[in-house]
Amino acid sequence: MEDFFAARAQMALSLGFHIIYACIGMVMPFFMAVSHFKWLKTKDITYRNITKAWSKGVAIFFATGAVSGTMLSFELGLLWPTFMKHAGPIFGMPFSLEGTAFFIEAIALGFFLYGWDKLNRWFHWFTGVIVGVSGLASGILVVSANAWMNSPTGFDVVNGHYINIDPIKAMFNNAWLFEALHMTLAAFAATGFAVAGVHALMILKGKQIEFHTKAFKIVIVFAAIAAVLQPISGDFSAKDVAKRQPAKLAAMEAHFHTEKSASLIIGGLPDEEHQTVNYAIKLPGLLSFLAHGNLEQEVIGLDEIPVDEHPPVAVAHFAFQIMVGLGMIMMALAVLYFISLRRMLWLRERWFLNLFVMAIPMGFIAVEAGWTVTEVGRQPWIIYGVMRTADAVTPMPGIVYSFYLFTLIYISLSVVVVFLLKRQIEMVPVLYNENQARRL
Amino acid sequence: MMNYIVIAFLFLSIVLYIILGGADFGAGILELFTSAKNRSRTRKTLYMAIGPIWEANHMWLIIAIVILFVGFPAIYTEMSTSLHIPLICMLIGIIARGTAFVFRHYDAVKDDMQKVYNRVYALSSIVTPLFLGIIAGSVLSGHIDINANTFSERYMHSWLNWFSVGVGFFVVALCGFLASVYLIGEADNAEDRQRFVNKARRMNIAAVICGALVFIAASLDHIPLLQWIFYSPVGLTAVIAATGSLAIMWYLILYRNKSLIIRPFVAFQVVMILLAISYAHFPDVIIIRGGENLSLFNTMAPNKTMDALGWALILGSIFILPALFYLYYSFQKHEEVPL
Repeated sequence: MEDFFAARAQMALSLGFHIIYACIGMVMPFFMAVSHFKWLKTKDITYRNITKAWSKGVAIFFATGAVSGTMLSFELGLLWPTFMKHAGPIFGMPFSLEGTAFFIEAIALGFFLYGWDKLNRWFHWFTGVIVGVSGLASGILVVSANAWMNSPTGFDVVNGHYINIDPIKAMFNNAWLFEALHMTLAAFAATGFAVAGVHALMILKGKQIEFHTKAFKIVIVFAAIAAVLQPISGDFSAKDVAKRQPAKLAAMEAHFHTEKSASLIIGGLPDEEHQTVNYAIKLPGLLSFLAHGNLEQEVIGLDEIPVDEHPPVAVAHFAFQIMVGLGMIMMALAVLYFISLRRMLWLRERWFLNLFVMAIPMGFIAVEAGWTVTEVGRQPWIIYGVMRTADAVTPMPGIVYSFYLFTLIYISLSVVVVFLLKRQIEMVPVLYNENQARRL
Repeated sequence: MMNYIVIAFLFLSIVLYIILGGADFGAGILELFTSAKNRSRTRKTLYMAIGPIWEANHMWLIIAIVILFVGFPAIYTEMSTSLHIPLICMLIGIIARGTAFVFRHYDAVKDDMQKVYNRVYALSSIVTPLFLGIIAGSVLSGHIDINANTFSERYMHSWLNWFSVGVGFFVVALCGFLASVYLIGEADNAEDRQRFVNKARRMNIAAVICGALVFIAASLDHIPLLQWIFYSPVGLTAVIAATGSLAIMWYLILYRNKSLIIRPFVAFQVVMILLAISYAHFPDVIIIRGGENLSLFNTMAPNKTMDALGWALILGSIFILPALFYLYYSFQKHEEVPL
């Protein structure tokens, strides 16, 4: 493996690892706030237990997300020093605000986790809400920095010098709004379906049914609403990408030839050498419609883009198909859930619960696939149209070893986190025994 | 004007990271140097003391690094390149430590896994400040050679030298000292207090020895550390003030039985050490062999960026500082408890 590829792989690994923890860390506090609110309002001890059980998960995920995030703030320089040297002052604004948001999140989390029975009840509840709000703000700010890499603005390059820097303009670049919207909804859908699925599994196992049913009902509302809205936000994003980054759109759709009333390609194996897609379903005109809003309009294909500026087509195309496919399944599940509101008995039906158990990993696979589309689809650029990724990489040799090392670290961390969660879930009957809890 | 505000915030976040994060690392170091008999008690005191605040303590590192890469990008990228290896070691320490500390508390079953978390936590509590110190020593050591041709000269000698390693061990001892002074105030019985006083004494001695070794290493490596500190009025004043406050602090601990009022003294000593060393070669941050040093001014981002960064920091601190003080206030002892 050459060093440049190792650097890209290490970055992908770190981001791919961090995004899962970041999503859970920013969404779970909202679930907690709802059940905490219900506990304060109804005095139903089950809601207190649910809140406490979730808060332990949040503590584990937040700590892992915080260290992997710290790692990333250094890794940008460790792997891409040339990029950071020029980009730091331009796209640093959201990071400096994110530092504040993250700091407030950590402070609020300290209050929330250690404040049970110590603080005023409603102040305690409020600190939980602040954890969620500041976490969400951090997420949006970091996405805005990524959006700048896709839609660089707020500077001019003259003879290799980056001048006329305007960090505020860079922060509010053309891509940030749709990217932030899409990622926020994705975080809610992914975390929501994962958590709801785990509770569905426990209901199926017949353990602590009241506890898990109440938890499921809180989470699934967030997940279902996000999953229904997500395709709409995806459509905004697709039209935006078609306008700003035709190469990325062409790669993710495996659209090799510029044409009017372009067909939408579903599935298939892109063959970059012969510029065709084999074994695919083609729906005429639909790509034009999705990209530009009418069935006729021309969609730029990869043939209009210089070959040395082509993103890897197969990876982007597969990732995009996976993301959209899983998104559709989650939307269908969301609709199913809304129907079930009229048929309450479904919540006890095995087939119904099994469907949600199967959806546990879907949202996160879709998130990873979506980021693959964004990042791989931007290649060969690190700053779209301005700086190539290959020109940004560190001169230090031997990055391969660092990649192996961090692969090992992240795999072991993931194993331990899953192990801890399994233990937490298994201990629910012991830790939250109704009678015992009342005595506390 | 805004430039100096940003520089002040950079200094402030580094100082606070060394004091608060340092006390936190030190708590882990003390665990390693505690006899098995008292270990679980120490661990409990420690958890009660740092549990609610430890995440916040480490945020200062993020603030410092963000200020560097937004405001002084060339310093950030030069460190990332020349000191890639010690940075990786420090990051592994940060990852291992942060996760082990939380995992051991949130493992629903308390079994042999606790031993694994404890071991990882204690070891990474040493590794992280050791490499943090090595990095701090390396930027001043003058061993960073941007024209070096071989891997070992460019990426190894830059940090693997007597001076840098000496600073690394000094920082480790300093962290242990900070933590033991901090924990004196958290002890709730006379016996525990005495244990932490003894620890503080040993850590103080260790820090002095490591400090002396740093000066010896500096002279071996031809680094004018003595001149930097003792030939400048500011450096000399800072050293005298630090020594004086150390003496008063020990008087308060040993003869007045004070436990909480001693904390500002130990923090003051750290500030003075950092002031002495950074004043000596202000505004240079990275000393480059065979090239122009990287200073706060020759690497500074354009004005518009510095203005935006300054405002972000000012606005941020309006939110952060009151919340942070209230967090400390809510979970700390408020008055001296006679034991």
